[in-house]
Amino acid sequence: MTQSLTQTENAPVLEIRGLSQRFGGLTAVSDFNVQLMPGELTGLIGPNGAGKTTVFNLVSGFYQPTEGEILVCGVPTAGLRPHKVTALGVARTFQNIRLWNDMTVLDNIRVAQHYWLGYGFFHSVVRTRRYKTREDEIAKEAAELLDVFDLKRYAEELPKNLPYGTQRKLEIARALSTHPKLLLLDEPAAGLNSADAKELIRLIRWIHETFDVTIWMIEHHMDVMMELATQIKVIDFGETIAEGTPEQIRNNQAVITAYLGDDNI
Amino acid sequence: MVLFAVGLLVAAHYRFIDSYIQIVAMTIGINIIMSTSLNLVNGNMGEFTCGHAGFMCVGAYISSILSVACFGSKFGDPLLPASSVLFVFPIILLIGGAVAAVSSLLVSVPSFKTRDDYLAIISIAVNYMILSALENMDFIGGSRGFQGMKDTVWAMVDIFDGPWMLFWVILFTALTVWIIRRFISSTYGKGVNAICQDEVAAEIMSVNTNKIKIINFMIAAGLAGCAGGLYAHIIGYVNPQSFNILKSTEALVMVYLGGMGSLSGAVISAIIFTGLLEVLRSQALIDGLLSPITMMFPDWEPSAGVIKWVMIPLLLVIVMQFRPEGIMGNRELSDVFPWLKKFYRFK
Amino acid sequence: MDFIFQNILNALQWGSFYALIALGYTLVYGVLRLINFAHGDIFMVGAYISFFLASFLLGPLVGLSPAMVFLITVPLTMLLTSCVGVTLERIAYRPLRRKGAHRLYVVITALMCGLILEYSNLAVLGASRLKFPELIEKQIWDVGGVSITNLKVLVIAAAIVVFLFLQWVVTRTRVGMAMRAISYDKFAIPLMGIPMDNIIVVTFVLGSGFAGLAGLLFAMSYPVLEPFMGMLIGWKAFIAAVVGGIGDIKGAFVGGFLLGFIEVGVVSVFPSSYRDLFAFTILLLILWMKPTGLFGMPQSTKI
Repeated sequence: MTQSLTQTENAPVLEIRGLSQRFGGLTAVSDFNVQLMPGELTGLIGPNGAGKTTVFNLVSGFYQPTEGEILVCGVPTAGLRPHKVTALGVARTFQNIRLWNDMTVLDNIRVAQHYWLGYGFFHSVVRTRRYKTREDEIAKEAAELLDVFDLKRYAEELPKNLPYGTQRKLEIARALSTHPKLLLLDEPAAGLNSADAKELIRLIRWIHETFDVTIWMIEHHMDVMMELATQIKVIDFGETIAEGTPEQIRNNQAVITAYLGDDNI
Repeated sequence: MVLFAVGLLVAAHYRFIDSYIQIVAMTIGINIIMSTSLNLVNGNMGEFTCGHAGFMCVGAYISSILSVACFGSKFGDPLLPASSVLFVFPIILLIGGAVAAVSSLLVSVPSFKTRDDYLAIISIAVNYMILSALENMDFIGGSRGFQGMKDTVWAMVDIFDGPWMLFWVILFTALTVWIIRRFISSTYGKGVNAICQDEVAAEIMSVNTNKIKIINFMIAAGLAGCAGGLYAHIIGYVNPQSFNILKSTEALVMVYLGGMGSLSGAVISAIIFTGLLEVLRSQALIDGLLSPITMMFPDWEPSAGVIKWVMIPLLLVIVMQFRPEGIMGNRELSDVFPWLKKFYRFK
Repeated sequence: MDFIFQNILNALQWGSFYALIALGYTLVYGVLRLINFAHGDIFMVGAYISFFLASFLLGPLVGLSPAMVFLITVPLTMLLTSCVGVTLERIAYRPLRRKGAHRLYVVITALMCGLILEYSNLAVLGASRLKFPELIEKQIWDVGGVSITNLKVLVIAAAIVVFLFLQWVVTRTRVGMAMRAISYDKFAIPLMGIPMDNIIVVTFVLGSGFAGLAGLLFAMSYPVLEPFMGMLIGWKAFIAAVVGGIGDIKGAFVGGFLLGFIEVGVVSVFPSSYRDLFAFTILLLILWMKPTGLFGMPQSTKI
């Protein structure tokens, strides 16, 4: 059961051309362009309200862009609803953890397989062989994933009872359970103390090495971002103001001005 | 459970229990169907609809019309031979349910974009619209109601003299609980809970929220439609006003009393609620309960039918104040009493 | 031509009732995000209060002239109906608010309180309908073939005056500003030193008071009272408020009159039994096309 498109070696996983988003009179994103090649770990930073999450929401399919194109593995996502975009191979996490707090950890992973369940209402009621096989497969895969992430002991727990850092880990694990080609992480270090943040850096690095996935990350924790990303893009007021390696960005005047303001007020 | 049902049937057949108790048992069954089906939408999916009786009405009317057309003499000669009634009757009920399920699109499609308060209004409006439309259809009685379903029941009795309606109610009630339990415990059905707990996350985690909403509504409305059909054949007469906002409110009370999202809660509260209604029907009891007040105002003669509808909402208000999560909270009976798990294995 | 004007006039009058009631719904919703399902029944309570007041004042114990009775009954009805509304808030809604209960539970409580009011009325006063005494001598003016009664003019004028008054309160007074502030961010308000409970009481006073006024005027226009008179009108006024954009006073006002026009329009062409069906269908269509109502603002969730 193919879960996302096959990947040709040099085609970009994500391509955005001329993306603009206007809400009434406000331009949230303006002429945004990016090309993410397979296996990259790229960053997106900018001051608060710069439009970063809006870009993610556009890629996920929650908003339809006012202008511009988004292509995932060469397939345009215009008009696709978010669950279809996920089926194409894009998974994401959210700034505020969005786990299903009244379902067990195991169920959180299992429900994320919804698109690929392969059975519907009839089978779920009559409990045909197809149902039983699929349920077993999904349960097994979910348990394996939890094991890989060292979350197996929490399988029957409710997410709301877990420590915050663990919840974050679970959310990422859940996103990965959809076998994405592209993983969007929206401020994964939000709310983490420095010990947990170090843990997160290790986790993301490990995910990058172990899973065949391209990662695009929004982050305000500069140490997390600088440690992990090979390329960073900076936006402010919806416009791209800088692009480059972490070193270049650190010393870029425009970036410093955007974050700290300049001396001439 | 099966033994109990068979026992009930046998007792009814041999007149051990009188027809009053039979009717109460059937009412319990219908209420169980109504509360568990509404629980799918209001509890498991977390929407707030207030018009469930509208779907019951659709099912009641469609199955009544078909029933009378097939086995009655209102529209000319019966279409089908009386001997086929035992096979055809459940089909008629299911068709009633199916039409009710389709009518649920009126509420489920708007639910894509609207929040809970707005959906409440839409569901109430749809309820009124269904009633209003039927009241304008004079060829099926309009506001005067429609009857003739008793012929179908007699046809069944002619074949075998037994408590047929009780049988059908028990069958459909068991079927309802079984279907809902199976659906909700599957990963497919858990998508419904996911929508309730975080719709954005559900959509992003590959759940086709629109489709699941439609399906969930259709199941709920379809089951309510079957309940309506059963109700119509028990009473032998339907009238649009039997399915107005008061009936919807009954369903709401049962769901919230039992606890949103809890199947066993919905079943238990349906039983308690029906019992309460029967108990409060007794004028003697009402007179007894209110005697301190009636002594002060001797001219006042409270009628049980009216006081009932003061006490039931009051009950729910008190529940909301002190235990809003209902009798079962969000849990099932097997969570509270784990030893029950030995008796039934639903998974 | 007269036919049209006559109907327009009737629509305006009929719509005034909806508008007055809708304003109450929208005020409470705007401030508390609560659909006060009991509001239609507060309208009914207002009508009954005015009945008892008027009967008492006209009766042998006091024996005032009808005109005097009218002048006294208006403010008194509004006052007493406000009390009923505030009592409801105190007993049923405030405890839940204190506990931080989910909005849904408060809505269910409101729905149940409405039922309790209706059936208590039925239980206490019985099913026989009460006839409202005539307070204002009916004067009919014939303007170019259209018959206008002074009562109709009074009702329409009342609706307009109330609307303007509420607009002024909400936009120009500090209380009104506080009400709007609560609707934006409930949690910040106590932190800003604004006594939230008092503002909420004011909201209920205004909303219920004007529902009471509507009840009195309705009783004067259609003098037969029965316990369920508030139910259907309440639901419809509520839908009208939502169609107009709930939380917005202009919306409630426009929505109420819109509904009045739809209903009178439908009845003038089709048999009257179709009235409710058409009204609900048209309102649903409007809601479907513009889910937040005509004047409402889209409420988007932050993703």
